[in-house]
Amino acid sequence: MTDTIAAQTPRQPGQPLALTRKDFVSDQEVRWCPGCGDYSILAQTQKVMPDFGYPREKIVFISGIGCSGRLPYYMNTFGFHSIHGRAPTLATGLKAARPDLMVWVITGDGDALSIGGNHVLHAMRRNVDIKLIMFNNRIYGLTKGQASPTSEIGKRTKSTPEGTIDRPIMPLSVALAAEATFVARSVDTHTEHLQGTLERAGFHHGSAFVEVLQNCNIFNDGAYRDFTDREVRDDRMLVLEHGQPMIFGKERDKGIRLRGLHPEVVQLGHGVTEADLLVHDEGAEDPHLAFMLSRMWWPDYPVPVGVLRNVARPTHDELLTGQVEAVRAQRGEGDLAKLLDSGETWTVS
Amino acid sequence: MTTKTATRAGEPEVLELDRVTIRFAGDSGDGMQLTGSQFTRTAAVYGNDISTLPDYPAEIRAPAGSLPGVSGFQLSFSSSPIHTPGDQPDVLVAMNPAALKTNVGDLPAGAALIVNEDAFNAANLSKAGYATNPLTDGSLKSYTLFEIPISTLNARALEGLDMTSKQVDLTKNFFALGLMFWLYERSMEPTLRWIEDKFSKRPVIVEANRRALKAGYAFGETTEIFHTHYRVAPAKLAPGRYRNITGNEASALGFVAASKLAGRPLFYGSYPITPASDILHQLSGYKDFGVKTFQAEDEIAAIGAAIGASYGGALGLTATSGPGIALKSEAMGLAVMVELPLVVADVQRAGPSTGMPTKTEQADLLQVLFGRNGDSPMPVVAPATPADCFDVAIEAWRIALKYMTPVVYLSDAFLATGSEPWRIPNVADLPRIDVENATDRSTFHPYARDPQTLARPWAVPGTPGLEHRIGGLEKSDIGGNVSYDPDNHHRMTMLRAEKVAGIANDIPEAEPYGVERGELLIVGWGSTYGAIRSAVERLLAEGQSVAHVHLRHLNPLPRNLGDLLGRYRTVLVPEINLGQLLMVLRAKYLVDAIGYDKVRGKPFRISEIHERAEQILAGR
Ligand code: SF4
Repeated sequence: MTDTIAAQTPRQPGQPLALTRKDFVSDQEVRWCPGCGDYSILAQTQKVMPDFGYPREKIVFISGIGCSGRLPYYMNTFGFHSIHGRAPTLATGLKAARPDLMVWVITGDGDALSIGGNHVLHAMRRNVDIKLIMFNNRIYGLTKGQASPTSEIGKRTKSTPEGTIDRPIMPLSVALAAEATFVARSVDTHTEHLQGTLERAGFHHGSAFVEVLQNCNIFNDGAYRDFTDREVRDDRMLVLEHGQPMIFGKERDKGIRLRGLHPEVVQLGHGVTEADLLVHDEGAEDPHLAFMLSRMWWPDYPVPVGVLRNVARPTHDELLTGQVEAVRAQRGEGDLAKLLDSGETWTVS
Repeated sequence: MTTKTATRAGEPEVLELDRVTIRFAGDSGDGMQLTGSQFTRTAAVYGNDISTLPDYPAEIRAPAGSLPGVSGFQLSFSSSPIHTPGDQPDVLVAMNPAALKTNVGDLPAGAALIVNEDAFNAANLSKAGYATNPLTDGSLKSYTLFEIPISTLNARALEGLDMTSKQVDLTKNFFALGLMFWLYERSMEPTLRWIEDKFSKRPVIVEANRRALKAGYAFGETTEIFHTHYRVAPAKLAPGRYRNITGNEASALGFVAASKLAGRPLFYGSYPITPASDILHQLSGYKDFGVKTFQAEDEIAAIGAAIGASYGGALGLTATSGPGIALKSEAMGLAVMVELPLVVADVQRAGPSTGMPTKTEQADLLQVLFGRNGDSPMPVVAPATPADCFDVAIEAWRIALKYMTPVVYLSDAFLATGSEPWRIPNVADLPRIDVENATDRSTFHPYARDPQTLARPWAVPGTPGLEHRIGGLEKSDIGGNVSYDPDNHHRMTMLRAEKVAGIANDIPEAEPYGVERGELLIVGWGSTYGAIRSAVERLLAEGQSVAHVHLRHLNPLPRNLGDLLGRYRTVLVPEINLGQLLMVLRAKYLVDAIGYDKVRGKPFRISEIHERAEQILAGR
């Protein structure tokens, strides 16, 4: 009698299985609104999938409810379209039972930060080895246009005709506060950057939280246009690179400097040099720098994209399995007959 | 049954009793649960049949001396088989006025009442709401009252130990226990051993508790206030090895056994909740059996993780109480939809809402049967006694795995914390649980069904070629793609219902205990078993035309139940709720059954059922 479920294949990054993007395309017709940012996220996800070295059957996509929740149907892997907000809980149980699998969680701003906020916090703090991709369109799309927890204050929607009075939360700040070991942001239309970010998330060992700024062209069109459009993005976004000074601008003539406890946008030249700028350190143990970056937003600052934080910590499944193994090493494999016949017993003849 | 035994002159006489019921009651800081459980262990190891009923407040430490702070432990031990912890105590040990006040009403006239006289001071009397001292105002004259200055005597026995007077006072429960050991001719050895084990790192505490226990025993022996002591011979239980077990312990063991029998690891997701938390504590100690436990952030995460684990091929288990079931309902519906094996244990407590967390009730039956959106059938099983929890826990998993379905396992606070001797089963005699996973890609369809059981295949991630997508959206029959087709939804809804209903062919028929047909059939489920069975035994001995059917399967119900109900003039359904099984039986079988409902947070008494049955049989 064995209690192993399936042979465990250790993850072997860098050993592609000669799979291509097409291998990850399922036979289901994709049903998002034409022009929706979700198409790009799906395409980039499918594109990077062969890189991780997992065979298709060892990859699982788990989603909650919302437009993003449909993504697993389009991936030719194992998939579980669960209930609103709860995808991280299923992923936690699955990964605990099956450390051999690669588990992705697909969620949205409402799913992850409103109804499922608690689960995101706890999956991150436990460092459950899941790759959580949060599609942030700052609106409820599937229910046809109500305010979401990331909608900007004052936003008029179907549910807030006079404007929302609820302050939005910054997803990356939440992820950092929850002790996520990998925190990143990308944009649906910046396909190369998105691919690179998903790839890095996939290779991260532990909880990865990726916010993808996603355009809902039906209910919140142009939510990020002000800083993501091709013409302005270089001047209004800050592409983070580990170990590099924080420089941005079409002419790469602007940078971020620390003034007191605040970031400050400076123009290079006139006595300001690269040496004055903040240098990005995604591996910093304390999350202060990452937190500061997570609060920066247009128009006060360029919007940072890339990896804000990337630190190594043991994962939930490693620790859990480790405890089980340690107890087994100490006591041996449990003997049911002995367990039943334990405690204070007596015999009636 | 009492028999006097000759004794030597000057020694107290010994009375042989068939059964004794003792209740220890005191402040929740007085250690009454410990005292009761130590007496229970001693009686169990001695070979008595036993049944226990702990009764404690939900507050960890309610104000000392107050009425809400009273904690009690009742146990019945016997030389013949018993099914309940006793209707009324023969002996009440009351450590303070509040304990007396809240418990004296349960005493029959003539019962022995042992009180800690020292605690009956003005302050405690007023906290308990006594205007006059009951020990002196004559209000207790129908009982045999023993006033013993337990605190003083105990303090004297501990003199010279390096302890504060407060620490000394904390050991007085052992004095009371020692006294009861003397009164019922019990050996102090098991408890002395326990004290040494438990406090091995604190020699002063070991010494204090030993002295307290022995002082209580010696007090019984040397003073003359007790003229009699009592003997309850070992019970003639079926031969075998036994241990004393609570329902929560038996449930945890049953779940581990099921995992071994199925050859699949157990994953337990749970959020702490009274009275289910002990299952988490216990299972977290079974890592050598490959058990993985997960203390989730909330009830929903607990079941979500269990579903995730089941999806991955493990046995996903979650346990909670009524409020937790309310939170888990949506996820339970998901498990119904995706047809994965899962067990959801509900250790019921008094509701609604927070209700009375430590008190028992059976009022979640309709919630677990129907409390989900959509037509969402789930099998429901319910253990009848603490030891029965073991078998029913295995049965829950047998059904879940064979039929690919979530199953509700419905225990309650009385079963969970109460205990009885359990005949330890042979592992070889436990039921087999065969589990198969789909592997053949050429025949695989997510919602193809086994023609016999209607179970869909269990295709776990990691199986090459079986990549597929499941979820809460309705899926097409066989193919498993999202489907809004009206006929398909109708067909899938019917299939889910038929699958669960069909389990009726795979469970035992209901067997009446008593007459095959006749005047009165009493139908029960869950922890009311003991009281109903004892009452029916008594009625049968009185020559009444009566029978008892106890249901372990509440969905589906045994296939012969409708026929059985028709064989008796009256069907009585006693429940610790306002008639929930009653409603199901009336609706399903169009039988004019009548209910008998009490929701006092306490189990039924035998006499209550007996009396109600007598009334019915007498045509009243
Ligand atoms: S509603 Fe918005 S987010 Fe949803 S599919 Fe349509 S465009 Fe995309």
